[in-house]
Amino acid sequence: MSATHSRSRTCFFMKNDERVRRGSARLGSSKRLTTSYKDLGGAGLEDEEFLDILEERRQSSDLGFAFRTFNPSPYNAAPPSSTAELNRAVLESQYLRYMVKEIATETGSPVEQVREEACGILNEMSQNLQLGFIRLMSYTLSKVFKRLFSSIFVNMEGLNMLQQAAQECPVILMPNHRSYVDFLVISYILYSYDIPIPVIAAGIRNSGRDEDRGGDSASLWGLFYPTRHRLRQTLLGRAVGIRPNDCQKWQSNSLCLMQRGFAPLEFYVEGFRSRTLKSLIPKFGMMHMVLEPFFKGEVYDIALVPISISYERVLEESLLAHELLGVPKPRESTMGLLKASRVLKDNYGCMHVNFGRPLSVRQLCEGKINRSQYNLIPRDLPQKPTAEAQACVSWLAHLIVRVQEEGSLISPWSLMASLLLQVPATVLAQEGLLWDQLTERILWLRKLVLDFGGRLNWPEGVPESEVMSSTAALHRSVVRRRAGRVHLVEDDQPERKHPGSPEEAVMRTASAALMLASYRNQALHVFVRPALLATAMRLTKSRQKGELLSLFCFLQDVFSNEFIFIPDRSSQDFEEACCLLKKCGAVCISEEELTVSDTGVEVLSFLQELMKPFIDSYQLMLRYLCEEGDPVFSEKEFLPAVRNLATKLILSGELHTYEALSSDTQKNVLAALRRMEALTKLSSDSKYRVNKASVRRSEEILSGKIPPQNLQATPDARL
Amino acid sequence: MASDSNGGSSDSQRIAQHRLSVIAGHLQRPAEGYTALLAAECKAQGSKPDVSSDERTVPRRRQEIMKWNGWGYSDSRFLFNKKGQAEFTGKRYRLSGMIIPGLRDWMESTFGANLQHKTPAVPVLNSSVVQPPTLNEAFVGELKSTGIPFSHDVEDRVFRAHGHCLHEIFALREGKIGRIPDMVVWPNCHNDVVKIVELACKHNVCLIPYGGGTSVSSALECPPEETRSIVSLDTSQMNRILWIDEKNLTAHVEAGIVGQDLERLLNESGYCTGHEPDSMEFSSLGGWVATRASGMKKNIYGNIEDLVIHVKMVTPRGVIEKSCQGPRMSTGPDIHHFILGSEGTLGVVTEVTMKIRPMPEYQKYGSVVFPSFEQGVACLREVARQRCAPASIRLMDNEQFKFGHALKPQVSSIFTSFLDGLKKFYITKFKGFDQDRLCVATLLFEGNRERVLQHEKQVYDIAAKFGGLAAGEDNGQRGYMLTFVIAYLRDLGMDYYVIGESFETSVPWDRVLDICRNVKARIVRECKDKGVQFPPLSTCRVTQTYDAGACVYFYFAFNYRGLADPVHVYEQVEHAAREEILANGGSLSHHHGVGKLRKEWMRETVSNVGVGMLKSVKDYVDPDNIFGNRNLL
Repeated sequence: MSATHSRSRTCFFMKNDERVRRGSARLGSSKRLTTSYKDLGGAGLEDEEFLDILEERRQSSDLGFAFRTFNPSPYNAAPPSSTAELNRAVLESQYLRYMVKEIATETGSPVEQVREEACGILNEMSQNLQLGFIRLMSYTLSKVFKRLFSSIFVNMEGLNMLQQAAQECPVILMPNHRSYVDFLVISYILYSYDIPIPVIAAGIRNSGRDEDRGGDSASLWGLFYPTRHRLRQTLLGRAVGIRPNDCQKWQSNSLCLMQRGFAPLEFYVEGFRSRTLKSLIPKFGMMHMVLEPFFKGEVYDIALVPISISYERVLEESLLAHELLGVPKPRESTMGLLKASRVLKDNYGCMHVNFGRPLSVRQLCEGKINRSQYNLIPRDLPQKPTAEAQACVSWLAHLIVRVQEEGSLISPWSLMASLLLQVPATVLAQEGLLWDQLTERILWLRKLVLDFGGRLNWPEGVPESEVMSSTAALHRSVVRRRAGRVHLVEDDQPERKHPGSPEEAVMRTASAALMLASYRNQALHVFVRPALLATAMRLTKSRQKGELLSLFCFLQDVFSNEFIFIPDRSSQDFEEACCLLKKCGAVCISEEELTVSDTGVEVLSFLQELMKPFIDSYQLMLRYLCEEGDPVFSEKEFLPAVRNLATKLILSGELHTYEALSSDTQKNVLAALRRMEALTKLSSDSKYRVNKASVRRSEEILSGKIPPQNLQATPDARL
Repeated sequence: MASDSNGGSSDSQRIAQHRLSVIAGHLQRPAEGYTALLAAECKAQGSKPDVSSDERTVPRRRQEIMKWNGWGYSDSRFLFNKKGQAEFTGKRYRLSGMIIPGLRDWMESTFGANLQHKTPAVPVLNSSVVQPPTLNEAFVGELKSTGIPFSHDVEDRVFRAHGHCLHEIFALREGKIGRIPDMVVWPNCHNDVVKIVELACKHNVCLIPYGGGTSVSSALECPPEETRSIVSLDTSQMNRILWIDEKNLTAHVEAGIVGQDLERLLNESGYCTGHEPDSMEFSSLGGWVATRASGMKKNIYGNIEDLVIHVKMVTPRGVIEKSCQGPRMSTGPDIHHFILGSEGTLGVVTEVTMKIRPMPEYQKYGSVVFPSFEQGVACLREVARQRCAPASIRLMDNEQFKFGHALKPQVSSIFTSFLDGLKKFYITKFKGFDQDRLCVATLLFEGNRERVLQHEKQVYDIAAKFGGLAAGEDNGQRGYMLTFVIAYLRDLGMDYYVIGESFETSVPWDRVLDICRNVKARIVRECKDKGVQFPPLSTCRVTQTYDAGACVYFYFAFNYRGLADPVHVYEQVEHAAREEILANGGSLSHHHGVGKLRKEWMRETVSNVGVGMLKSVKDYVDPDNIFGNRNLL
């Protein structure tokens, strides 16, 4: 272990062989999977590599901190260019000139005007790079963070590597996105450790789902500088004219130009904040733009730094559940602020920011992209990415998400949530669960997580009962301990009003259940592969590897919007699942067959239960589509209809999961069906046409009625 | 200083002299242009060589004046003398006999080399390691009857089995000899070549044309799988200027002539070709044609393809040539372009008519210092945009600038060294140039005096816009002088565990900086990964400008102490560097050619169809693969 660490200090990029080793370890199947975490880039707390950065802040002056000398060493020892120089360079780039001309032609406004507006946006963007602003932020954030969190743990090893990488080549910071606080925290940490503050590409809308993001930026971000934000929006709005896409591209590209010689760029590969605390399918647009400078040879290499941020408790937890249930969110302007100030009074436990090992794009892309394909068209002109580039970008984006997942820390609360969800919600709300029984199960689960190579955030040197009760205390908005039993807390709002219809009761339980589900999701990545295999073993009697594999592939395909699987790695994922199950002693594996061991039943049934909410929700919707729904429908019709149906079934006791009510699950089903071509989007309006036969077939496989056929071919077809 | 090229004589004198020499030339060779007569003459010459050919640089037995296992003349080499100072021996070059005080420090600090750690070469060729020749008796018999000189002496054969790639020289220094030609023939004229090729076809003998032997693409390596008798066809004795046409300003020259002879002989008549590749001391006209060579002064005179008016090549199918000397033709694809760059796979170039120009009236060197390589490239780009490039303009990066500095000979007077110090002070302290970032461009202007001065001003004005400071003629001139001795330096390095080589590419303007940075970085990274103990020298320069791009040269060398197989490491790194070049939009080669070293990339370079086209030409022209050096395809 120490050998690995000393090596990583001398050379921040993994050497090729190491990469291969790790590649196979991380992504592949072998037993190394578990050891790889420990080998590479800081394991859990027990290694004492994480340092609480708030500790120091609690002991010294925040003002002094804000005025400390901030002297980051720039990349490549290049002379630091001033903001003005940088902006000029961007403005004079051929790409921007081209875009300005395009936009001018489209909007009919004179070129000078468009140019000026572009200039304005650039100035706006580069302001976060100015020191005064950074200092102000650092002061405010010190105050806020100390109030919100008991500690913010950072792995120093990762920071050191980042520091080194930032001097050697352009760095892209890629945090997962669970809360608005994410990027504030990162900037804050970097400021603390003299690393150039990143340019953030987070405010950019990189998709048409405006209704999803519209309110986002305001609440916390808005706390700190609402006026600046508004300014940006107006500027954006005007410069865009009629082509929001262009603007987005334009802005991101300028950002890329800026990061090339200056600050690191930071963006969320998942595109947006995950409402379910589960990793999202990565978005490729920004990723492609970030990688393009390497593809086109404009930089020697790019370092991607996956950052895993794990919250013990997420600031927006109740907001998220409401959003998922389609409960209209309060208007951001006033209520958002109100909410935010209420948020400030609560305690959110500790958070972990785990800076991953910088990944060399050059090494990762070796053999995956033929860079000479960019030789024949001027590099500054916008170009549609080739299939090869798309595949490479997609692969890399998925890889980053998985590295993020592996780097994140699982809290005892996540384990508790996973177990609580396996008890029917109504039972949990009314009768509750025996506390001792829960504790016992959690300790069992802790062992399983470690067997599967997950990273736990389990405080050391503290009695287990202590850990459990402090966890429950921190989450008293969701669970409450009463008389040796633990109960689910239902939404507090209706308490003030009077309980209404049974449907409303369902919604109340649902919001608590979905909160639990979110925290369970934080741990899902550890279980998902073995759990899919366990599910496959439930669906078929056969224990033949081949048959299980094809079922496994089918499940992966169906759920690939739900969980992150790197494309074209189904069989490796399967092998990994087998190995993990074998490792924890659940199955024995021979050449052809899997046999369940005596002790394996407990593991398997836990895993099967873990997947059950997904299977049930999907089945419900598939059945709805092929039996009740119209052959042509829109998303707007689909969501409430499914919600109604699910509510009805929950009331009648036929459905045990509340996750079918989540808009996230519902949208994922649609996306999965579209990908599997059981659903086609009609070009005229935003309606879909169902291929009922194909939906029915999927439903039947999912319920184990028929075995999947020639599935081997399908997973590879997509990308 | 500006020098009158004709040593200060007046114009009228010069013209008179020149006319005289031309007339003399005519008198010597009354029968020019008549091939039939020429053939007869050709024999006679064999027995009684004419006066001028005695002055020729290259004798049949090259080893008499040239190193068998290194670059250039035997009498010229770098060494560390007893005092540990670097010295260049011989009398041939301006640097000859001089002490170079800075070189040792530079070598020690750049490579971590050490004078104590020597890797001497095998002093003499051990002929016992050489395989005895596989002779085709029938071919030898008939060849004898033609009277064309030939040899199967070991030294002759070994000398023609290699070019100057690192691995070739390294093997020679270790005394390792692989497959070599089985015999060497020295045709004396076009007709001799025709006979040799006919005989080779008749007896199925493999022919490998040999010109100056300066190839850096493994083009001269004998394919190890070749089972036939391999005959090296050395064109060095076909080295006459057959005629000069002053009305059209062309000269008809035998293809074996080496650059320095061609230039000297033309100069005697007041002309020049202006084609000056760095290898011009030893490389031959035929070799230039066969590899699509490029000369330093191409901005005025053009590259070889612009200079060639008419080519005669002997192929297994017969002789290929055009019927007239029209300056441009629209007669289908230009057949010259099958010949140019054919790398000896189709036949032997025997005679070439090429453009000549009156010798320039005035020459002036110059140099400009830029604060950074980026600004230097920007300046070159602007010069190209305004199409006002001087005869030559080259931009060295910082490492090369330092290297050039290290090669400064000892100055005789205190005054000069004081002046140097002052210059350095002015640039680094007064102008604030960073010594570790600045770079220098060397310039050469040629032509009419007034125009040169005017031109010079224009270029310096552009340079000033990019922060460039004129840095004197000396620096410029030394830069160009160094191009001829730099090749000798590799042999010195190889005496002390340092191996290296240069390679080149051409690239569009917008990628010049990127390719330079990326390839240099790749070299450093690869060396590290391959276990090279010391940081390598990885440097580049922009040597040619075009409207749409530039030619970039990379120099790469490292200390190989501690490596089991240094040549293999070297080759891996060079391979990676070439991959990097291609990935960054650079070409496979600007003028070195493909040979066997780079042929694995031919298909991606010219597409499948392109390879097919070349193949079908080869199949038609040489169905039996008589010209079996297996270059290119």
